[in-house]
Amino acid sequence: MIDTLLTAFATLMTFQHMAYMLLGVVVGLTIGVIPGLGGIAGLSLLVPFLYGMDPISALGMLIGLVAVIPTSDTFASVLMGIPGSSASQATVLDGFPLAKQGQAARALSAAFISSLFGGIVGAVILTFFVLVARPLILLFGSAELFMLALFGLSMVAVLAGRSLPKGLAAAVIGLLIGSIGAAPATGEFRMIFGTEYLYDGIPLVIIGLGLFAIPEISDLLRKNASIAERNALGSGWFQGLRDWWANLFLSIRCSGFGCLIGAIPGLGGSVVDWIAYGHAVQTSKKNPNFGNGDIRGVIAPESANNAMQGGALLPTMLFGIPGSGSMAVFLGGMVLIGIEPGPSMVGPDLNITYSIIWSLALANIMGAGICMMLAQPISKLTSVPFHYLAPFMIALICFAAFQATRDLSDLVALLVIGVVGILMKRFGWPRPALLIGFVLAPQAETFFYQALQFNGWGFLIRPGVLIIAAMTIASVYFGLKNRVDDTGTSGESVVTSHASRTIQIGFALAMMAFFAVALWDAVAHSFLGAVFPLGVGVVGLVFGLILLVHLWRGQADHPAFFDYEIVGDHVGNSGNSWFWTGPAWIAGLVAATALVGFYISMILFFVAFLRLRAKASWLMTVVLTLAAAALILAMAYMLSLNFPSGWLQGAYDLPWPIR
Amino acid sequence: MTNLFSTTRRGALGLALGAAATFGLAMPAAAEVSFEGKTIEFIIPFSAGGGSDTWARFNAPLLGKYLPGNPTIVVVNEPGGGSTKGSNLFAARAKPDGLTVLGTSGSTQFPYLLGDPRVRYEYADWEIVMAAPTGGVAYVSPSTGVSSFEEIGKLKGQKLIYASQGATSLDLVPLLGFKQLGLDVQHVFGFKGRGDGRLAFERGETNIDYQTSSAYIKNVEPLVEAGTAVPLFSWGALDEDGNPVRDPTFPDLPDFSEAYELMTGNAPEGPGFDAYFAFFTAGFPAQKMMFLPKGTPQEIVDVYQAAVTEMKKDPDYIANKEAILGTYEQVTGKAADTLYKRGTVISPELRKQVVDMLAAEYNVKLGD
Repeated sequence: MIDTLLTAFATLMTFQHMAYMLLGVVVGLTIGVIPGLGGIAGLSLLVPFLYGMDPISALGMLIGLVAVIPTSDTFASVLMGIPGSSASQATVLDGFPLAKQGQAARALSAAFISSLFGGIVGAVILTFFVLVARPLILLFGSAELFMLALFGLSMVAVLAGRSLPKGLAAAVIGLLIGSIGAAPATGEFRMIFGTEYLYDGIPLVIIGLGLFAIPEISDLLRKNASIAERNALGSGWFQGLRDWWANLFLSIRCSGFGCLIGAIPGLGGSVVDWIAYGHAVQTSKKNPNFGNGDIRGVIAPESANNAMQGGALLPTMLFGIPGSGSMAVFLGGMVLIGIEPGPSMVGPDLNITYSIIWSLALANIMGAGICMMLAQPISKLTSVPFHYLAPFMIALICFAAFQATRDLSDLVALLVIGVVGILMKRFGWPRPALLIGFVLAPQAETFFYQALQFNGWGFLIRPGVLIIAAMTIASVYFGLKNRVDDTGTSGESVVTSHASRTIQIGFALAMMAFFAVALWDAVAHSFLGAVFPLGVGVVGLVFGLILLVHLWRGQADHPAFFDYEIVGDHVGNSGNSWFWTGPAWIAGLVAATALVGFYISMILFFVAFLRLRAKASWLMTVVLTLAAAALILAMAYMLSLNFPSGWLQGAYDLPWPIR
Repeated sequence: MTNLFSTTRRGALGLALGAAATFGLAMPAAAEVSFEGKTIEFIIPFSAGGGSDTWARFNAPLLGKYLPGNPTIVVVNEPGGGSTKGSNLFAARAKPDGLTVLGTSGSTQFPYLLGDPRVRYEYADWEIVMAAPTGGVAYVSPSTGVSSFEEIGKLKGQKLIYASQGATSLDLVPLLGFKQLGLDVQHVFGFKGRGDGRLAFERGETNIDYQTSSAYIKNVEPLVEAGTAVPLFSWGALDEDGNPVRDPTFPDLPDFSEAYELMTGNAPEGPGFDAYFAFFTAGFPAQKMMFLPKGTPQEIVDVYQAAVTEMKKDPDYIANKEAILGTYEQVTGKAADTLYKRGTVISPELRKQVVDMLAAEYNVKLGD
């Protein structure tokens, strides 16, 4: 045993191994900075180098790549409010408000030290856990996995915002959107309305970008300011480290959670950050300011998401089942190198396993170190006037969105979800609740059906199920006690005008209509295909009705009322432009894409935006447009992808990249 | 046993002859066709990281090395619609100049065979470059009372549970196969992959399962040694003429048709067996195929096939193939053509029979 540990350690410390790992880390960081690109893109860049490398170096490179993506994706989450990847969606909630307050460097350094620490805690846990993990992982059957999905859903309680019916209705919207596409039990296609795009459901990246990134961009576009509204930057760097130290135990707990949840195959990594965030909210007693820039809201998810990558290694190596999206890629890489995962990874191949686990820790140190150095200079981006930054952000978001299926439909879906996100933000519907519902819908439905098939209703009294049920109830209890509000200005009563009340009721009615459509669609399906959307839809209708009663009869200061156009901090400032400015520009880009394809429309969009909106000089316009065109082209070239095409491409045969 | 030996030898002979023939034909043409300085797009209708993607990324650089002019082959992922989207795109857009090729898998073949409304591609239009077979082994839990494959008859009348990825997925082959054997199997759907299914078996939630060959060797053989799994049969392989034979990777296990005879006492034939056999071929012996688009000139097809033959002698190929392909050989020329025809053609009656059964018993509706 000691022998194995030492051999693994020795191979790890060679110069060659370190050099390859650094290469992987640098590629991973670069990929992670670009929103929407993750391990999959990184692997396609590195694969050509994998041949002929010795397995340990090749593994080091792959691990370097996979480990640091949840580190550097924090840049986009904190600085721009764009969830860099599904692993750092929760970071946006408090990270971005901090950036807006001019504390980007503080948020970033706290995030990076948490990431580093999470990665190391993950590796330490794994070192011991890997030997006994196999039987433990097998304890989690479909019944327990269903309960874990419910536990994840219980985080809705903490994120429901100031009006509980509104929060639950939002979660139901998420659950219903998540049920679009093939039903797990029968393969029936639900709510596809004859659209081929909807057969596969809506991709998570589009929901994340639409709900969080687009509303922020559209908000900023109206204000004509830079992201950092107050004193630019300041010296928050050391403050972030001190913040982390002050919340060391929170960071440890969240790392542990992250590692364990990552280790359970089937749950997926996308909820880890929300569970950690919810946990931070439930357990923070001192001056909670979540949703408006509480540093604990950054530390918790960032500690968890790096530790999660470590945990996700376990099912990948022991069972050959990827524990997360990037682990699927890692698995593909392992096969290319010639390592087939399986029980031998804790037998004869234990030294490989240990070198993988410790490479992970090392890569986290390298990655976080590099990011910390970059934090201060990169956070200066937040003081750039937003109208110069905006076209880049819009182009990047669209680029990220069409990674999903590389089709115009991705952009249309992004726009639609974006509009929903904008309205939800305006009327105080909690977007995180929707997202959690969306992520967990397939898990909840699939595992419930499987548990019933395997165990009958008896699954409810399995010991594991009862334990997780108790945790869920506790989570709901503490969640309701410490509810958080991502709409800003918490606690104050909000007085709404009569006109605003009417449109709030209008939006709630629109959501009710969506529930009705889901129910109407469900009725046409077989029992197994219909039961989930039916049940969920009815719950949605009930809470929607309660909300409507609140909105209809409630006093003007009832918590159900919220309109950012009345209480937002921009109200009363001069120079606010039209509410729909942001979506209108994006819609223009999408429409142009339908006509002439993405690459040409992106260039046109840049010129139009910079001249008309930013009022930039021709020189500036040309320079920025060229820079963006080159950047996007370089990324597309490296990833060998074709841009979404439009009518023009259908009619004429054009060369790449405008094909 | 003897049967197997003679078949493989004949197969090997046939392969060599076939290769020689294609190579001989290709030689004069190779002088005319050159991809020098060109980039070839290898369209994979799946996301990066999966089995088909790994297969493509393994083959792309090696094939590029042996095509005239040493073009760069890039793998372009066009995922969506259970692989129908990328294949439709290829069918609609690819020009017959040898610069675009498509890699399909069982998940591309099945919707085509079932008549899924999303399919707008026609296999018969395309030119096959090569085919990569795969295999698999079905096994049961010893709790069924079965302790070796000879006792497969004990399964009759027992309630078996199988973790399936869906009735129209690759798990349609075990669904049809188990039905042919007269087994009473409850298919629990919604699993994300065979690995997930194996986990359910290890947890004791299911008692019958199958794994593809490499996963079986690495992950199930330890269970067999520990006495917690009993192998039943391999799905089998096809010889040069398209007849079912034992899987050369598992020469000691009966193949499906032998298991069929053991179970039913009848020779493997009849419409039910034919339906199973069509989907089996599309899912295993012809699982992954590489195609050139409609109307590609014969000399381009020839240089591609010749390149495959040459590629298989490359030391890098030989060194790494086992990790990617298992113990199976990629084939080209006549052998590939046989697999391609067998794996992509189904009579309307058989199609209707399978589709009706799926609709009646599993509520499967293809499309809206």
